[in-house]
Amino acid sequence: MRILVVEDDLEAQRYLVNGLKEAGHVVDDAADGDTGLTLALSRPYDVAIIDRMLPRMDGLNVVAEMREHGNTMPVLFLSALSEVDDRVKGLKAGGDDYLTKPYAFVELLARIDALMRRRSPSSVKTKLSVGDLELDLLTRTATRAGRAIDLQPREFRLLEYLMRHAGQVVTRTMLLESVWEYHFDPQTNVIDVHVSRLRAKIDKGFEAPLLHTIRGAGYMIRAR
Amino acid sequence: MRGSDLRHWVPGIFHTQAFRIVLVYVFVFAVSATALVGFTYWYTERSLDAQTDQIVDAELSELSDRYLRLGLLGLIDEVDNRWMHGGTSLYILADASGQRITGNLLQWPSGVQRTGDFAEFDYQRTVQGNLVTRRARGEAVVLAGSFRLLVARDVYERHLTRRLFTTTLPWSVGLMLLFGLVGGALMSRNVLRRLDSINRTSAEIVAGDFSRRVPLTDAHDEFDALAENLNRMLDRIERLMKGMREVVDSVAHDLRTPLNRLRNRLEETQRKLEADSPFQEEIDAAIAETDRLIGTFNALLLIAEADSGAARGAMTAIDLRAVVADVAELYAPLAEEKNVALEVLPAGALSVEGNRSLISQALANLIDNAIKYTPDGGRIAVSLGETPSGIDLAVADTGPGIPASERARVLERFVRLESSRNSPGTGLGLSLVAAVAKLHGAQLTLGDAEPGLKATLSFPRARKSREIGE
Repeated sequence: MRILVVEDDLEAQRYLVNGLKEAGHVVDDAADGDTGLTLALSRPYDVAIIDRMLPRMDGLNVVAEMREHGNTMPVLFLSALSEVDDRVKGLKAGGDDYLTKPYAFVELLARIDALMRRRSPSSVKTKLSVGDLELDLLTRTATRAGRAIDLQPREFRLLEYLMRHAGQVVTRTMLLESVWEYHFDPQTNVIDVHVSRLRAKIDKGFEAPLLHTIRGAGYMIRAR
Repeated sequence: MRGSDLRHWVPGIFHTQAFRIVLVYVFVFAVSATALVGFTYWYTERSLDAQTDQIVDAELSELSDRYLRLGLLGLIDEVDNRWMHGGTSLYILADASGQRITGNLLQWPSGVQRTGDFAEFDYQRTVQGNLVTRRARGEAVVLAGSFRLLVARDVYERHLTRRLFTTTLPWSVGLMLLFGLVGGALMSRNVLRRLDSINRTSAEIVAGDFSRRVPLTDAHDEFDALAENLNRMLDRIERLMKGMREVVDSVAHDLRTPLNRLRNRLEETQRKLEADSPFQEEIDAAIAETDRLIGTFNALLLIAEADSGAARGAMTAIDLRAVVADVAELYAPLAEEKNVALEVLPAGALSVEGNRSLISQALANLIDNAIKYTPDGGRIAVSLGETPSGIDLAVADTGPGIPASERARVLERFVRLESSRNSPGTGLGLSLVAAVAKLHGAQLTLGDAEPGLKATLSFPRARKSREIGE
């Protein structure tokens, strides 16, 4: 995957680029808004990671300009600013996701994976399946190996999100943001309890577990 | 003015200070005008009476003198002479039994019994062939030989004037009040219009649009002076808030950047290490410590923002019942795992003006705390209810509670009770709740749930701006 990194803190940029390269991506970098915009408009990228505060041209303006030129590449904002209104501003300017510094690298990786996946929307699905687990989005029912699984509405949304990102790491924060629409950090790991309940419903009594905990990162649903 | 306008401002106008002032003024004016006119009337009447009385007294003494000198016949002569030759006075001379001897009064008036005192009475007289009743004022004396003599003057004109006065005075006072009311209404409407524009601007600013300013007019009057002062004050507040915002942002930026590098470096080092390296655990611990530091920092920043009002950007009408249901749902499995019953007491739809994310976070903190401190088998009740002053959102648990003497202290930043020193947390949870409450004009109170702690967020009733002058 080709990724554009626009970050003026050179040390942070180096870590970011190295980390992404290690994860197998092709990375271009820019240290100011102007250069970033030029790169974004001249080359095809799968995703751009743009710092919110940049010299020469602010990150918000870079994205606004990109959108004005009809560029729809997914953008993840990185910001060291305080959070309350800033997320809203970032998303309004045309950003697709927003991550506050300091962030965990796995969190960033998981989010750009999700963004790139979003870019290629397969035809509208009414059924999701992972292994023998099936989720019918129309009847809102779940079955595993033909056996019906009884899910609460929130558990259904949780499972749906995990299955839409099957094979990808999904972090706790991503779940909290997408399934519960909360952008704060609950002090206790409430998400873990929700996931373990869901796991009990879909994996208990089956030989091959589908819902896996990825140590230090989050969760992933996949059929082995 | 259209009908709907009228309906809008008529109820409003009675509540304006201008109208009340005009009303009081008109009332005082009416009372004093009435008093002045009344006094003038009373004084004039008294003077006129005194004049009448003087003439009557003079005539009486002349006539008594005549009687003494010339006897009864002389008196009769004189009396007849007086009334027949164009005199304007009224006379009657009667004997001891009250029988008329002479005079232009046809009979002794029944109203005059006593002598030596002025009295008013009605009498009858022919005017152009008609018998009419008129009013007179006079004095009677008893002469030697028990003859009685009455001299009086017609005061019918004055009597008419008085009647005219007593019937017109209420009318003129009424008219005065009416004009006063109309004038007051017009004046208050003007004042209202100006005040309303100030009010509307303030309401818009409270609602979050800080770029609004009170409009000025060409009148250059007190209202414009007030508006200018308000605008200057608003400019200043805006500058201060912007300054606060910039400070928060630059502190955030300047601290997050090195923290970011620190965390990046730790992660990179960890990636470079062998998976089974003994340093893995050390670095994990260091990362966890960094994350704790970040957590504390974020909480402090959020508190600072909420405290300063800088975070109020996204205020919308939110349904508290939905917020409670969502947060409770998030925490339900955790509570169940700890064998604590988390109950949401039923409530109607109640909405407040607020920031959903912040209120959710505040409630999450309260529930998180409650779960942390409630022992196995305990119960947590989240309730939502209307009070006379607004809406109360309460979280009550059956944990150990907080001693009354410590309650104020735990709302301070970083304060943790001795008994909870060893459980995880930043000590900022309740401070954040308090800051969020402050941002929403709400009050956080800690009370006794007997046993346990009851934390209540009291939101004020949603402000309804007055609908006038639209």
